[in-house]
Amino acid sequence: MYPSRFRYEAARSLDQAVRLLRDGGDEAKVLAGGQSLIPMMKLRFASPELLVDINNIPGLDYHHADPDGSIHVGALCRHADLEHSGLLQSRQPTMAAAAPLIADPLVRNRGTLVGSLCHADPQGDWASVVLALGGSIVAHGPDGRRTIPAADFVLGPFENALAHDEIAVEAIIPAPRGAPAGGYLKLERRVGDFATAGVAVAIETDGAMVTRAGIALTGVGGSTIKATAAEAALTGRPLTAETIAEAGRLAAEAAQPKSDHRGSATYKRHIVRTFVVRILGRIEGTQERAA
Amino acid sequence: MTIIYEETGAEGGPEIPQQRVTIRVNGRKVIAEVEPRLLLAHLLRHGMGLTGTHTGCDTTNCGACTVLVDGRAVKSCTMFAVQAEGREVTTVEGLATQSELHPLQEGFKEEHGLQCGFCTPGMMMAAKALLDRNPDPTEEDIRWGLSGNLCRCTGYQNIVKSVLWAAEKLRSQSAG
Repeated sequence: MYPSRFRYEAARSLDQAVRLLRDGGDEAKVLAGGQSLIPMMKLRFASPELLVDINNIPGLDYHHADPDGSIHVGALCRHADLEHSGLLQSRQPTMAAAAPLIADPLVRNRGTLVGSLCHADPQGDWASVVLALGGSIVAHGPDGRRTIPAADFVLGPFENALAHDEIAVEAIIPAPRGAPAGGYLKLERRVGDFATAGVAVAIETDGAMVTRAGIALTGVGGSTIKATAAEAALTGRPLTAETIAEAGRLAAEAAQPKSDHRGSATYKRHIVRTFVVRILGRIEGTQERAA
Repeated sequence: MTIIYEETGAEGGPEIPQQRVTIRVNGRKVIAEVEPRLLLAHLLRHGMGLTGTHTGCDTTNCGACTVLVDGRAVKSCTMFAVQAEGREVTTVEGLATQSELHPLQEGFKEEHGLQCGFCTPGMMMAAKALLDRNPDPTEEDIRWGLSGNLCRCTGYQNIVKSVLWAAEKLRSQSAG
């Protein structure tokens, strides 16, 4: 399968890439990992006239924590870098849990977190994770940079808030105020398949009390769903069997799954509830309180 | 070595000028003139005749086209040839020397790691990247590391054994 014809430019700097995008107008696309874009081009769901490859721009393949505790992921940081990241292992359990579950090992070697957010696939795992963590995306454009909260970044399926001459250069996960805990669970028929259902849970605790709760759902609606009622049911309360069960029930209620070849709507809703309860139940100190 | 690869697909739309890429493939420097939409898998197979890299699904699912780019295992059907500019590409043809099979190839022979053989080059290249990173993998590590490669003969058990065999051989070589 061949994509339709396009021009290709390998940008050497962000400013050059932005200029190329500006000149290319609506028919130009950024190429980072390409693990979603190239398959879509081969199927001709996407036929950009110009690809601006950012893979050769130095200094974008990082992920690090700032002194304030916020985590920054550059546009060329691959899923595999995050999968093997000691930083995430020690400081960001939700991201650490999600990274090994993205696609398959080969795709993880090229695909990027930031690219995945830009792709805005309702089935995208990172979108749920970053939404649950209250993250944001930094866009680099002709007039400088702006920061867009993840909640405002995705406008609809495969549609993001970037202008045609803006490049998403970084994802930011804000510093936790309490102790971060949580995880990501995904049910898939086989490795590399889209999620039948996925759940991201990111909470912060102060002693026994939950001070912040983020819960987001993958693959159970037309876009990533933030389970706000479930979050509210945890915030300001301790993790007990009762609060965990209630959060699971409310998250399942927030899901809007459709029956398809991956499972019935009822089944997917059940998975959401089970995953919320399972992730919360595994958080240290809660094992004996939840199923 | 210089290769002129002609993409002959008849299609409307504006002519796109070909671009020159310089890639190191299995240690040899290759210069090719390609259309930007040419996939790396197709340059390797049709342009260079390195047909060991198989194209199976062509939809980023099966991993039969796995090659190493700068040491990382990637699906060559999901990368454009122009993106390989200045990179080091290793295909299955780069594993053996003139006189000796690579331990992975030996392992697949010893442990019956292939049936129809279609997925084998991709399996070997994914396994190569895995063993480069982790010379002493558990069975679970291997299953995880090869989870992006599909075997339609479902011969996974022997593939895992083959990689374990190769890992042991490589370790004994480096120890000796």
